Amino acid sequence: MALIREIDQGTPIRLAEKLVTLTIDGERVSVPEGTSVMAAAMTMGTKIPKLCATDSLEAFGSCRLCLVEIDGRRGTPASCTTPAEEGMVVHTQNARLAKLRKGVMELYISDHPLDCLTCPANGDCELEDMAGAVGLRDVRYGKDGVNHLDALKDDSNPYFTFDESKCIVCSRCVRACEEVQGTFALTIQGRGFDSKVSPGGVDFMSSECVSCGACVQACPTATLSEKTIIEHGQPDHSVLTTCAYCGVGCSFKAEMKGEQVVNMEPWKAGGANEGHSCVKGRFAWGYATAKDRIAKPMIRAEITDPWREVSWDEAFRYAASEFKRIQGAYGKDSIGAITSSRCTNEEVFVMQKLVRMGFGNNNVDTCARVCHSPTGYGLSKTFGTSAGTQDFKSVDDSDVIMVIGANPTDAHPVFASRMKKRLRQGARLIVVDPRKIDLVRSPHVKADYHLPLLPGTNVAMINALAYVIVTEGLANESYVRERCDWEDFQTWARFIAQDKHSPEAVEQLTGVPAVDVRAAARLYATGGKAAIYYGLGVTEHSQGSTMVMGMANLAMATGNVGQRGGGVNPLRGQNNVQGACDMGSFPHEFSGYRHVSDDSTRDTFESLWGVRLDNEPGLRIPNMLDEAQYGDFKGLYVQGEDIAQSDPDTHHVTAGLSAMECVIVQDLFLNETAKFAHVFFPGASFLEKDGTFTNAERRINRIRRAMKPMAGLADWEVTLGFAKALGVEMHYNHPSEIMDEVTRLTPTFRGVSYAKLDELGSVQWPCNDAAPQGTPIMHVDRFVRGKGKFMLTEFTPTDERTGPRFPLLLTTGRILSQYNVGAQTRRTANNVWHEEDVLEIHPFDAETRGIKDGDLVALASRSGDVAMKACISERMQPGVVYTTFHHPNSGANVVTTDYSDWATNCPEYKVTAVQVRRTNHWSDWQEKDRETAVSMRRIVHAAE
Amino acid sequence: MSEGSSSAIDRLVRMANQIALAFQAQPQDEAVSNIAAHIKSFWTPKMRRDVIAHLQAGGADVAPLARAAFERLH
Repeated sequence: MALIREIDQGTPIRLAEKLVTLTIDGERVSVPEGTSVMAAAMTMGTKIPKLCATDSLEAFGSCRLCLVEIDGRRGTPASCTTPAEEGMVVHTQNARLAKLRKGVMELYISDHPLDCLTCPANGDCELEDMAGAVGLRDVRYGKDGVNHLDALKDDSNPYFTFDESKCIVCSRCVRACEEVQGTFALTIQGRGFDSKVSPGGVDFMSSECVSCGACVQACPTATLSEKTIIEHGQPDHSVLTTCAYCGVGCSFKAEMKGEQVVNMEPWKAGGANEGHSCVKGRFAWGYATAKDRIAKPMIRAEITDPWREVSWDEAFRYAASEFKRIQGAYGKDSIGAITSSRCTNEEVFVMQKLVRMGFGNNNVDTCARVCHSPTGYGLSKTFGTSAGTQDFKSVDDSDVIMVIGANPTDAHPVFASRMKKRLRQGARLIVVDPRKIDLVRSPHVKADYHLPLLPGTNVAMINALAYVIVTEGLANESYVRERCDWEDFQTWARFIAQDKHSPEAVEQLTGVPAVDVRAAARLYATGGKAAIYYGLGVTEHSQGSTMVMGMANLAMATGNVGQRGGGVNPLRGQNNVQGACDMGSFPHEFSGYRHVSDDSTRDTFESLWGVRLDNEPGLRIPNMLDEAQYGDFKGLYVQGEDIAQSDPDTHHVTAGLSAMECVIVQDLFLNETAKFAHVFFPGASFLEKDGTFTNAERRINRIRRAMKPMAGLADWEVTLGFAKALGVEMHYNHPSEIMDEVTRLTPTFRGVSYAKLDELGSVQWPCNDAAPQGTPIMHVDRFVRGKGKFMLTEFTPTDERTGPRFPLLLTTGRILSQYNVGAQTRRTANNVWHEEDVLEIHPFDAETRGIKDGDLVALASRSGDVAMKACISERMQPGVVYTTFHHPNSGANVVTTDYSDWATNCPEYKVTAVQVRRTNHWSDWQEKDRETAVSMRRIVHAAE
Repeated sequence: MSEGSSSAIDRLVRMANQIALAFQAQPQDEAVSNIAAHIKSFWTPKMRRDVIAHLQAGGADVAPLARAAFERLH
């Protein structure tokens, strides 16, 4: 395996259809119109020396190193800023150019520390490369003049340093922060000789920098250097893989030294991220080798016992004997499993196969239950498939972007950067969110309309938007007649045109002025290609599924499905939540979203697996917990999820887990759920195994093993070992063989193979005979279900109401630096940005309660109470408070309730009636949690 | 146990009533049919049996549309 050095074309490659032909150094070359002379030369392998140019950024023309001569033109234009033209004759090398370049390099080097042997960029320094390329042999100016060599080094950021003495002020970092990331945290401060890169006049940690790494990647010297490279030196080989954080699914090169990760560099050819990254994927991978990783299987008879380390064989035997005993005592439906959205498609597939084939029931569920299960239901009913409609690139063509219940700059930052780029180009923006999220107003981005609705009123809002479109004649009738069920549309139009849905009628419910709702609806319907992007602020409600259908109705009514730039797009939370759903993790359906009661589908599985399969749906997670408490559900195998922290109403979850007789947890760490477990199977990180993840745009990406599993087995091998102990034989030598079985059984995956993924990099399902290269945009000529179906979306207020005891509404979410339950990010330096969960509260609500910023406050609901510090913020609206659930002892889900979506039981995390008051002590639950965090995690280590 | 906790049958009844509300805008017969289909598609046989037993014992708090759907499932 070699170190992968990606080709830098110098300037962006243009996609124009028209070609121009020019002659460079005597050779003719044709390139798309708009391509620079520099990039044109690179297509024929001619590297024109450069420093300020790189192909992720627009040309800048400052370094004066890429000068060329062009017949018929005076002077020596910069090849990066000069577009190739028909008939142009270019000379990249001659004595005059060589002298000019050498002179430029001499000036650069005269103010650069010549510590190359001990420099962290040694072996990967463009300045050094260019000195070599121009043949620089001496510098005439000496070091005695004024210079920058004593400039101070800023190492305030936990992941990279800024060594100003090495800076050549090429502005690549500044431009990367602007053009790629869209944060505008960096600037060039001062003029002339005093010009310097600055994060706004403060150090990096105090600045607006979001640590995405774009500046580090763009830097041609060691000015911005990863601390891991400073520590370990340059890597010796690369492994192409996929990030294990959010549903964007960024491709990375794991840059390795043996089995040591040196850094993670975003892969330019990655379909989802095209070379960009965020602070989590780029830097927060240290958890994979955290000291508290569990590397040995463990068992215990009672959850109050200490853990005992055992061999894999003993762990498998014990777990199997327990599950067999439970089924013998309580019946075949007494056990089940939860698959992981952090594990691979292949691992999820064998988990659900174990349940259906080995357990003999359909008691399998996945964490999508608590996030995007309404997406699956809603889009399936309206469009015919349980997935988003577009690829991420589609947003480049959007004229109007409506973001509903999502905070992409925090939760899906790499996609947010792409979206912000489009917004800077002039696309219009509507934000529907109770909070003033960053997209509402950030540098060079301002929402045209922010509709700050009250939590729980989404459906009233979407109906009001639809009302305006229908009653003002803004629907796209020709599209609807051609593509959708016309009768359904008419029924829906009559339903939605009722006065009760008007913006004026719902203003009291949503709190949003009708005039803004009307204006936003008109913009969405008439502003050109309009896209909806949404998140858990849509799905995690008692009417989550209704809201998804409401958005689908709106997109169909305006003709915005089936074209680039439009669509209805869920921003998926976890890296493989789409894949986990695709692979048959839900208790009612097989892979490819086919119901277990469908005889022909079941026949296919039964024929291949050689067993009879249950034709009735199994238990969902909350129903498993109910049945544990009140019925006969007594055994649960949880892979890579932490339901005791992530799922709502912690008291309900832990009561259910406590009532079980055997809980198996498979994870990297002894998480909160493991406190209630009897068997622990150590898991493998994404760096330790092969497989695939499927991101929010249905893109199937490879992950590749970069190091051996710490506990000896990849997760799919663990499931196979457990299955074998249960007497269920599953034979696979490699995850590719599992994918081969998926493709045989799943029509939408029929054309997928590891060979194709290696060849193309990734594919988006459906990938089959009809679409052998995959499907970036869905429903182009027809909906998957045939005609698009309009659904009636009656608004029903949630049962969760504010009142005298609980007068505020709590909504929960996540922030940029932490991820989900924090199991990964809490074990990295990301904690410096968010070391504890806090309660965001509006100044008015704080003042009326005598709460000051930083005060410890009690947050109480009818479910329970916790204490956390208050953060007074005008991002909140009065009456609404917000917190995150990244730290276990914060106990945000002690407060959330057991209310859920009517169709899918997705919890209503976004609406909990609460009261907030000052306090001087932690809650009883928190005190007990601190105690059990130690007492329920004791380990008796095996003798070596 | 938190004050918001409810028993298994309470939860099932609440789920059934929520489903009924979601379809209430449809004509009654269509709504009953869709509610029944939804419950058949997503609920385990035991969950369905538990509600039917509850209905046979009087069916406290079960909404009329949900009740009609379960009668169709029975």
